[in-house]
Amino acid sequence: MKENSRRGFMGKAFGAVAGVGAVASLYAMKKSWDPLPSVKAAGFTTLDMSVYQENVMVTEKWRGKPIFVLRKSADILAKEKGNAEAEARDIKIGDYHYMIAIGLCTHLGCIPAFRKDSNDFLCACHGGQFDASGLVTKVPPPRGFDIPPFKIDGNKLVLGEVGPEWQAMKDNSVTL
Amino acid sequence: MAHFTKATSVKDWLDQRLAVEKLEKVMMSEYWIPKNINFLWAMGMVLVITFALLVVSGIFLLMYYVPTTAEAFNSVNYTIMREVDFGWLWRHVHGVAASVVFLIIYIHMFTGIYYGSYKKGRELIWISGMLLFVAFSAEAFSGYMLPWGQMSYWAGMVITNLFSGGSLHADGLVEWIRGDYVPAQAFLGRFFMLHVLLIPLAIMGLIGLHFGALRIPHVNNQDGEEIDFDAEAKKYLDGDKAGSKVMRFANDFMSKDMMVVGVYLVFFFYLVFYNYGFAMDPVNFDPANGLSTPAHIYPEWYFLWSYEILRPFNIDLGLILFAFAQVIFVMLPFLDRSPNTCAANRRGTPFKVWFWLMLSNMIVLTAMGKLPPEGIFSTIGLVSAVLFVVMWLALPVITSREKKV
Repeated sequence: MKENSRRGFMGKAFGAVAGVGAVASLYAMKKSWDPLPSVKAAGFTTLDMSVYQENVMVTEKWRGKPIFVLRKSADILAKEKGNAEAEARDIKIGDYHYMIAIGLCTHLGCIPAFRKDSNDFLCACHGGQFDASGLVTKVPPPRGFDIPPFKIDGNKLVLGEVGPEWQAMKDNSVTL
Repeated sequence: MAHFTKATSVKDWLDQRLAVEKLEKVMMSEYWIPKNINFLWAMGMVLVITFALLVVSGIFLLMYYVPTTAEAFNSVNYTIMREVDFGWLWRHVHGVAASVVFLIIYIHMFTGIYYGSYKKGRELIWISGMLLFVAFSAEAFSGYMLPWGQMSYWAGMVITNLFSGGSLHADGLVEWIRGDYVPAQAFLGRFFMLHVLLIPLAIMGLIGLHFGALRIPHVNNQDGEEIDFDAEAKKYLDGDKAGSKVMRFANDFMSKDMMVVGVYLVFFFYLVFYNYGFAMDPVNFDPANGLSTPAHIYPEWYFLWSYEILRPFNIDLGLILFAFAQVIFVMLPFLDRSPNTCAANRRGTPFKVWFWLMLSNMIVLTAMGKLPPEGIFSTIGLVSAVLFVVMWLALPVITSREKKV
């Protein structure tokens, strides 16, 4: 009996040491898979908004992701009029209105193509469609394009920094 | 120390230290296989040989492959394909084997379903087999990332996005898996590690478990007959080889097994030398570009059926049904409530219809997954996906009503 209880104690002691070690190493393994500081630090892009022309869709790059920038024409603005969802996504910089969004389908992350004739986006992967405001017009995508964190600085736009306009959009669930 | 005597031969020397004679009996000459089988029973050996081909060709590719986003594409398409003598051979063997191995796995699986080889006593063989299927799927996916072409990149993007869980928006988890906001160096590095080390280790371990699980219940036979292996083995060893229902694994069964393997290898190397194109997507010969999605993204043929189950629905329902399709085959031994272990065609109409309908439905799903999701194809895909789910839900009901045959 004495032997057994001694063995039992040794077993439990080992279990405790091994348990602490296992948890600690799992933590280290998890952290080793995290994005590196250098990856996180490279996350800011500044756009000069004066270069964009009306109705020409330009794809910029931020954190390796495509960013759609579309200076809206009067046509698009007229269509958006009265549509609260579309107006809430509108970004006004200087005298112009823009659609600025992460150019990845919210379904599984393919890049939808801009169709000039119909002023909308079509995703080739699973057939999702978005209009010029970035709203879904055909499923499977569950929501409109996500809008990257931005800060308006005169005629410049800083992507990756949170400004009051973006914060308001986030608070109102316009974007994630 | 144990007592050793002067060895009379090399074999005796080894036998005293490793018990090679006993080992040979246990693993080969007295491992008993039923006689009542057909060529479909050779698929296990065909898979072993294909896996060996993958390992050997993989070793040679590994020596020249460079796992960086800047070099990966060229190391495959220039260094291995043009500079290394016979580099093309290893690449084509590896690519063709990666595709063909799934064809054989599906044949192996449906053979098991047809003859009821997952039923009472053989559940673990089935479960370890399905775990192997999952491991092979992960191995195929991680390997597909490595040439770092357009399909590699975008398949990586789409598949890792599945882990955001639809409306759960677990974007942190997706970024953690990638180690970056998009597939980049961290992503390529870790999938390289998974492909050449961790998953192959898991596969080898699972193959051991799969064989181990086979040992006690033994291989099934064409009639699902319960054989008294001890009695039949004794009959065989006592000289009544013709009357016994069993034969030795080696050399009796192996000789026929390797005959099938031989025929298979002729077919395999015909593909490698003359028809390797099906395993090499042309889109993947463009280097990865995060700012341009290819016009059509589709997985390799062996993932098409489950991809088609994801596609017709909104993202949440799609993901739930996709997850259902991934795990449901594992549950087969517990969903089939019938007491019968025999060929599907002899188990009465309901299961006979279920089996052939499941097989054809998976072929239809595979075909629809390849076609663009438009018009009539959309509809057929939707109907097939719903049918797939309904059939699995119906399985316990129809099998519990089955009469004992």
